[in-house]
Amino acid sequence: MAGFEKQLSAPLRKGIAEEAMEGDDEAFDGAPMGNEEMFSNGGDIDDPRHTPISTLGKAGASGGGELMDVEAYASLYTGRTKVVRLLFIAKRCGNEAMQLEALRMAHDEIKKGEDTQLYHEVTARIGDRLGPQYALDQTWADIVDRRAEHRKEKLENEFNSYKTNMIKESIRMGYNDIADFYYAHGQLGDAFKNYVRTRDYCTTSKHIIQMCLNVILVSIELEQFMHVSNYVSKAEQTPEQLDPIMNSKLRCAAGLAYLETKKYKLAARKFLETGIELGNNYTDVIAPQDVAIYGGLCALASFDRTELKNKVIDNINFSNFLELVPEVRELINDFYASHYASCLEYLENLKPNLLLDIHLHDHIEMLYTEIRHKAIIQYTLPFISVELHTMAGAFKTSVAGLEKELEALITENKIQARIDSHNKILYARHADQRNATFQRVLQTGVEFERDVRAMLLRANLIKHESIMKSARKL
Amino acid sequence: MESVEVLVAHIQGLSRSPDEVSHLHSLLKQSEDALRSHASRLAPFLSQLDPSIHTLGYLFLLEAYSSGSISGEEASGFLLTVVEFINSCSAEQIQLAPEKFISVCKSFKDQVMQLGVPMQGIAPLWMAVRKLQTSTEQLTTLHSDYLLLCLLAKCYKAGLSILDDDIFEVDHPRDHFLYCYYGGMINIGLKRFEKALACLHNVVTAPMTTLNAICVEAYKKYILVSLILNGQVPSFPKYTSSAAHRNLKNYTQPYVDLANFYASGKFSELEACIQTNQEKFLSDSNLGLVKQVLSSLYKRNIQRLTQTYLTLSLQDIANVAQLNNPKEAEMHVLQMIQDGEIFATINQKDGMVSFHEDPEQYKSCRMTEHIDFSIQRLMALSKKLSSLDDNLSCDPQYLSKVGKERQKFDFDEFDSVSHKFM
Repeated sequence: MAGFEKQLSAPLRKGIAEEAMEGDDEAFDGAPMGNEEMFSNGGDIDDPRHTPISTLGKAGASGGGELMDVEAYASLYTGRTKVVRLLFIAKRCGNEAMQLEALRMAHDEIKKGEDTQLYHEVTARIGDRLGPQYALDQTWADIVDRRAEHRKEKLENEFNSYKTNMIKESIRMGYNDIADFYYAHGQLGDAFKNYVRTRDYCTTSKHIIQMCLNVILVSIELEQFMHVSNYVSKAEQTPEQLDPIMNSKLRCAAGLAYLETKKYKLAARKFLETGIELGNNYTDVIAPQDVAIYGGLCALASFDRTELKNKVIDNINFSNFLELVPEVRELINDFYASHYASCLEYLENLKPNLLLDIHLHDHIEMLYTEIRHKAIIQYTLPFISVELHTMAGAFKTSVAGLEKELEALITENKIQARIDSHNKILYARHADQRNATFQRVLQTGVEFERDVRAMLLRANLIKHESIMKSARKL
Repeated sequence: MESVEVLVAHIQGLSRSPDEVSHLHSLLKQSEDALRSHASRLAPFLSQLDPSIHTLGYLFLLEAYSSGSISGEEASGFLLTVVEFINSCSAEQIQLAPEKFISVCKSFKDQVMQLGVPMQGIAPLWMAVRKLQTSTEQLTTLHSDYLLLCLLAKCYKAGLSILDDDIFEVDHPRDHFLYCYYGGMINIGLKRFEKALACLHNVVTAPMTTLNAICVEAYKKYILVSLILNGQVPSFPKYTSSAAHRNLKNYTQPYVDLANFYASGKFSELEACIQTNQEKFLSDSNLGLVKQVLSSLYKRNIQRLTQTYLTLSLQDIANVAQLNNPKEAEMHVLQMIQDGEIFATINQKDGMVSFHEDPEQYKSCRMTEHIDFSIQRLMALSKKLSSLDDNLSCDPQYLSKVGKERQKFDFDEFDSVSHKFM
């Protein structure tokens, strides 16, 4: 008991103490349970444990209480990803005020840069809702475009002179500059091409790593995650020892690639290996809070219990990340400690904000279903019989709905059990090995006989060179 | 007529010993044409001969007689003659001229079918098959005729005795196709679906260079029977001929669609599919089977429930299996319990069904006997298989082929294949 409590922060012990009276917290006894008090945790939202999160702006109360603080969220990122994320939020959130806030911030950010395409897009989306200051300023756009033209010409001239001089280093830098220019102006395809071209002119490992990072950055935004994986492995293969920040960056990028290609287990592993030195060094792609969330959720959905304990809960390095998002930490601990109601509630609260994240939004449903299924399976594992009423209470769902979910899981053979629909009880069922063996043996015998007979017949047919002539056409 | 009388005298004279019989045989072969020209007038001569002793001669005369057209009044007389002949003929003499025997029996069968009395033909043809076979493992042309008569007369059980023999030697491929196809149909009629599936499987996977109509029809039934039995149609095994593999699905499209709808598990869709293709099913005379497929869908849905539930209300069963009301569900469950397809008890008071495990404990004497018997059978079968393998390895053709493919190394190397074969 004591060891268990150490994992939780102090305020939670109050809630736990109630359950402590019911005996073991992890495995309930064999008899069907009828104790409702066990599921009372997670009910009160005004707990002090929620306060550390408000700076993040991701505190979600049930329903539509406290919405995401767009400003705080955006402050976590820099560069193009900030704009892209803000635009995504504006597109996806249902709330007009939040939308305008996001668009406003996006507009300010774009004006600091030189991407006129995005500028046009943002002003079109704003319309005239934010007043004349945020309307389309064509003159600014024209100035920027003209400047861009000049710069492009200059770069091209410089580049041609480098080419004639045939100095590797200057050619490489030339390509780099051109690529940077394209990137700043939102022409990502060209930027990608030029970054890749620098590859032939890289001489030191440092160059290679720089090139890889650039390519990875562009590929992530272009959503070409094959390239991301390729270039991560390329960067990792350099002979020189990478410094820890670089390592962390590459791990994050790899994790993102796996996440987007739905390989959740591998993604979780990568995120968990990311060192805390990442800090704020990779904010043009990912924030450390994201590492915690992505890693935590993927781990929960794909790891088994031992892995979850060793790699997540006992992982000192990762706990630094989890500090930034205490909710994820709480929900992982709740899951491990079988407090499913509270765990699922945290998940529900996080959901609306996570749906606004560009990388996670289309994986949320799948991850949540996986976590829910895992919770149900883990719940039924220690018991011979479980009363469906109490289980439905634990998962905050109706008995009928729970029955349907269980039926699906049993059909997929993930739970070895049978449902007594009359008395609403789930009974564990273990196949009788002996009978099953006999059945299989007899079945094998029958199949063997049938196949060998057919084969002998066929061999005979072929032996007599009895192949149908084409005279017997249909 | 002269020549015929002379011939008859020869027959009577030369039917004592095997040498005489072979002499007779050659004589008869020479006079075949003469006999045929006198076809219609041979009847009285037949009465002079005794079929059990003068089998060969009798056979030739009979064959010549039947090769001519037989008029209506003569038909019944002809039938009686043939029946008597088959019953009393000697098997060794028949083996000398099997084609003639087959042709006699075929015209017998045609007559029987023409007169519309297939049942009369069953017993004689069974005797004929037994006399023609050199061993019970041989397939003759008469097998398929026999099964055809059984089918027409709806005497399926009669066909069983022939079907239960395992066939390993086949003389003509067409016999094989027809035999397996009719065999499959008889088994379907007797509701022995596993055996039917095996028969039809043999037709579909037999070696062939081009597709034939028998194969197409067999494949249609194969789809239906495998749906009833297993709920799915297996894909072609790799020893299927490429002709079958590529083309069968094109000719049996309505059935393939049916299989797809069945897989979706939705009763209404399946019914709709059946409705649209009804005429095609009817023209293939498969409508009865199709209806059985439909009812098997219910059964399969209910069987799935036994895997997940210990008890379930009749109302829920009705919902899951897409039946209309609990009464229908009860009827279906009752039927399935009686057929031994599921193990359950119905509690009418609560409207609940409790599902049980298979009570078979594999501990009874009967089960031990069954297992022992299976083991014996399988051992005999594998012995047969290994003897076939041994024979093949000694076959000179095989050896020469293997020898040719070997690279010619130094002659110092130990060669397991004699140089003679290279």
